Amino acid sequence: MPTLLTVFAKEFLENLRDRRTLLSALLFGPLFGPLLFGLMVSQMLKQSVVESDVPLRVTISGGHYAPGLIRYLEGRGVKLTHKELSENEARAAVRSGGSQVVLLVPPEYPKLFVEARPAPILLFADSADSQTRKIADRAKGMLGAYGSTIAQLRLEMRGVSPLLSIPVAVNEVDIATPAGRAVVVLGFMTYFVLFALLMGGLYLAIDSTAGERERGSLEALLSLPVARSALVGGKILATCAYMCISLALSLTAFVCVFRFVPLERIGMSANLSAGTALIFFGICLPFVPLGATLMTLVASFTRTYREAQTYLTSVLLVPTLPIAFASIYSLKTKSSLMIIPSLSQHLLMTSVLKDEPILLRDVLVSAVASLGLAMLLFVLTARHWRRETMLG
Amino acid sequence: MIEAMGLNKRFGSIEAARDVSFVARDGEITGLLGANGAGKSTCLRMLYGVLTPDSGKACIDGIDIRGETSKARAHLGVLPHAAGLYNNLTARENIRYFGTLHGMEPKLLLARTAELSLALGMDGFIERRAKGFSQGQRIKVALARALVHDPGNVVLDEPTNGLDVMAIRNLREMLLALKAQGRCVLFSSHVMQEVAALCDRVVIIGHGRVLADATVQEIRERSGTPTLEEAFLQVLGGTEGVS
Repeated sequence: MPTLLTVFAKEFLENLRDRRTLLSALLFGPLFGPLLFGLMVSQMLKQSVVESDVPLRVTISGGHYAPGLIRYLEGRGVKLTHKELSENEARAAVRSGGSQVVLLVPPEYPKLFVEARPAPILLFADSADSQTRKIADRAKGMLGAYGSTIAQLRLEMRGVSPLLSIPVAVNEVDIATPAGRAVVVLGFMTYFVLFALLMGGLYLAIDSTAGERERGSLEALLSLPVARSALVGGKILATCAYMCISLALSLTAFVCVFRFVPLERIGMSANLSAGTALIFFGICLPFVPLGATLMTLVASFTRTYREAQTYLTSVLLVPTLPIAFASIYSLKTKSSLMIIPSLSQHLLMTSVLKDEPILLRDVLVSAVASLGLAMLLFVLTARHWRRETMLG
Repeated sequence: MIEAMGLNKRFGSIEAARDVSFVARDGEITGLLGANGAGKSTCLRMLYGVLTPDSGKACIDGIDIRGETSKARAHLGVLPHAAGLYNNLTARENIRYFGTLHGMEPKLLLARTAELSLALGMDGFIERRAKGFSQGQRIKVALARALVHDPGNVVLDEPTNGLDVMAIRNLREMLLALKAQGRCVLFSSHVMQEVAALCDRVVIIGHGRVLADATVQEIRERSGTPTLEEAFLQVLGGTEGVS
């Protein structure tokens, strides 16, 4: 059996028996992302339910001054609580959280209203609280609608067409497809996929280099009549194998999560069938050897398990950088960006999620760029392994 | 046969080996004796080719370790200073891994492992995982791993370190058995009694230099002292600490 395969088989078997590797490669890495993602989405669902389905609750003071307004609000399903409060009491009620939004109708309201002069209404809300801000916005919207209804009635009574008061009619056309809207949320997903991919090989990369040195088995291994490049190649190959398993598990978990999370309810159609997951696997596959060689190279320079762990945690962040840039500058899939590993995988997966067509050429460029960089890193790794300093 | 010919090695400002030359012959046990930091490990590492000498040459059975590394190493079994095992593999799997990397056929490997297991008394734990092995068990597996390809030459770097009396005794018997089989055994130590009891020849190293290269008897006679320890101290000039 060639050296490469012997080393691969041994590393694969040894780590299959190691609980730490198994936990990180087969449990933590692949499941962490989908679970967090599921939680995030269901939280968003809960919030959107608050917005539209739950009736608006408002505390009103001095309601008897504005019977027309009360009828209008009740007619739109607003749950009103009548309570007589002074201005300061209203302020305190909102601050203490006893009421989320308080409407205060002052005594001069009826007189001004009848005279067709602006009649004041005070709306108390805490704009620093994102939850009550939404409720206040809804209340404001309703008050505005009531105001324009009254305004139109007044104009009509005076023989003026209400249309005169609407010089411009703005129609907003939202061109985002449901899948496109989902992308904001799904952008996280591509990162979780790449994270799971790296996590799968993290401990093996450490164990087969710094771990081997710390255990004291490295020198015996280096004294064997075999090429060092084959030794480290076999180790990287085993790391790749675990990364592929982790990637596959992670994608499977995502497909399951998507089946249970009703994304359509927040106006998103998630495009993650088993077929899409397979395409994702294909897109990410060239990133596997790149991640494996990068982690092995970094771990080869360290002396202990702990040291390697410290450095590799930073390596885990490396693929997030391009993705972070992409979302800050809202980069679109472009052929020229396909030469940047991790960014190209992110963009390609995002395009697939958005139901956009992807070019085969882009997929190839992305793969070749990742594999090319992996080759370069492998040459550097093999060169480092031939050095005397490898002994430590 | 292992030959060191004018080996020099420098790490920065430290001269770890200065013109080291000696021969370890077949059917003999050669001891490399020296204090901690005298350059024993550096010399051995140059002999099994994980360190490249700045100048000089090392040969295993006449094959240059730098020129034909793989061929030379096929004649050589190595038990390095740190002889760690793979804890998640069984003793047999540890040995098989090295045997396979030496290019041995599975059948031959199986027979050779059985032979070593019997000779080293490993039958009781050969199928157990190395996690939790005693030092004595570990050294046996590490030695079996070094001998699996049936090399004519064996290099051991401080093999008795961390072993208890029983394990040291076992190891001594193993080394004598290797000698009886006509192999060339070269081991380093800083323990005088060990070297005196086992070795046919002693090479004393101090500050990276060979200070003496002779039989135990010759060294004693030459220095006129009754024990090897006193001879050793005299050779060193009585300055270095030796246990």
